[in-house]
Amino acid sequence: MASTHAILVVGEAAQAGLFPSTLEAIAAARTLGVGVGLLLFGPGVEAAASVAIRHGADAVHTVDAVVTVEETVDLVVEAVRRFEPGIVLGAKEFAGGAMPRVGFRLGTALVQDCTKVVLDADGRLVGTRPVYGGSAVATVRCGSAPAVASLRGRAYEALPADAGRTGEVMPFEAEHAADPRVRVVERTERQAEGVRLEDARIIVGGGRGLGGPEPFAQLEALASLLHGTVGASRAACDAGWVPSSYQIGLTGKSVAPDLYIAIGISGASQHLAGLSGARDIVAINKDASANIFKEARFGVAGDWQQVLPAFIDQLHELIDERPEGG
Amino acid sequence: MALKIVVLAKQVIDPEMPSSAFRIDANGLRVALPPNLAPVVNGFDEQAVEAALRIKEAVGDAHVTVLSAGASFASDIIKKPLAMGADALVLVEDESLAYTHDPLPVVDTLAAAIGKLGRVDLLLAGRQASDWDNAQVPIGLAETLGWPVVTLARAIEVTGEVARVERVLPDGHEVAEVLLPAVVTISNELGNARYPNMRGIMNAKRIEATRWRLADLEVTPRTGVLELLSLALPPQDRVTEMVTGENDADAGRRLATRLREEKLI
Repeated sequence: MASTHAILVVGEAAQAGLFPSTLEAIAAARTLGVGVGLLLFGPGVEAAASVAIRHGADAVHTVDAVVTVEETVDLVVEAVRRFEPGIVLGAKEFAGGAMPRVGFRLGTALVQDCTKVVLDADGRLVGTRPVYGGSAVATVRCGSAPAVASLRGRAYEALPADAGRTGEVMPFEAEHAADPRVRVVERTERQAEGVRLEDARIIVGGGRGLGGPEPFAQLEALASLLHGTVGASRAACDAGWVPSSYQIGLTGKSVAPDLYIAIGISGASQHLAGLSGARDIVAINKDASANIFKEARFGVAGDWQQVLPAFIDQLHELIDERPEGG
Repeated sequence: MALKIVVLAKQVIDPEMPSSAFRIDANGLRVALPPNLAPVVNGFDEQAVEAALRIKEAVGDAHVTVLSAGASFASDIIKKPLAMGADALVLVEDESLAYTHDPLPVVDTLAAAIGKLGRVDLLLAGRQASDWDNAQVPIGLAETLGWPVVTLARAIEVTGEVARVERVLPDGHEVAEVLLPAVVTISNELGNARYPNMRGIMNAKRIEATRWRLADLEVTPRTGVLELLSLALPPQDRVTEMVTGENDADAGRRLATRLREEKLI
């Protein structure tokens, strides 16, 4: 019982619900047109499917299973064959990097890591993407049918839930088999330690200027006060003060918080490359000529050891004054 | 039989150049190369060379070929992987390879070059190139060659016909075993690439790069699927408000107040 969708979004859900990136991809698809089908992967996705409908999907096809990335690609390609969408959209991180494979399998290349997707006058997909580590912005048109694009995390806001929206939810059934040449023999999930850097609305970043690992405890305290998370520059990771998974930058993670608070960070292009999606940067650094101030909306040129405790104290007062639910 | 490793390495504009020197050409499609700034080997690809050399040291009998495609090469730059310890260098040069925003022609070109190299057991590449940040070419090659691909390796070991790859996930890591021939992309979490030593630099001088043109590869790469409409500097309308106070602590308190006033917190 195949239905046809103008746009096919591929997404994921886990026990905790829909991935935020899936809701963002649905929102992006809805800016392009109506007829948004969602191919949704993950164990127990039935509940998540109805959430996706309320947030903008017109129909959801569920793959209620844990599948390998190779099987995921096969299933997406089969869904494209059945539904014949003009556009395939997914998060850059979808299924551990399945989007480029989907693109090549469909005989095209994907417009990767878009912060915006639009249609030109002829209905062809045009993606805007940061390149050169965020030093430049490229607009790229995809001439293939279907066009395939991946989206940068937090480039789009999830649509608000609309309880009145309805849509069909049905299992997507197709043959799939894992590639016998690739076998996952061990998997280690890091204990969930709060918000992922890529999903964080507020990030507190620490750099070389902190001088050692101990100050990161204060950064953690600030982040937890703001319901954010802690990141770091390469210098702080290379020095072993924090694990390399904290690293933001060209050789680390690309993040897109609403607010980035940079403490003891000079603002090397290496680090800024990971911050091109940050809406506002606040910098505390004792060197008034540090490059980070050029990128910052607010700055304090001072010794973080003096600035930060007073900043946190004042925040406590301000936040404690906040009315309930504010 | 020696393990044959090919490492993809791209020559790129130095990503750590000062941002004030970064300009776009008048045509709005290319970065204007600063005349006094040397290109570099993509840092992620240097880490792939490092991964290959570690494998070679572990297995003993291995041969590492570095393969690069581009419009033109600075030979002292692109020879760096040889100075690090790679055995051979193959360069595919063609003006059409200057516009690498589109991975398809690059994939087609490199696939033909790999075909011409003969038996290859393992193809390594950095996780992305620091210019177009596409992270697609190695994956496209795997699709084209029909090989399995494992992305974002932070460690890799080869035993017989199997590579054991520790790969980085957003929330942890996993170990995958992949049957060769295979493509593996290398994460920055592998660690720093080694610096060439004097002996390596002397060795590199003695190795002649093999140079191929597209005509030598008998390939007509697919072009025009991804069309670059414009390349521009990001909008720069930021005004920085420096917050000051009677002392640093006072400035910290005022900063908190300003952020609250602006509803940033």
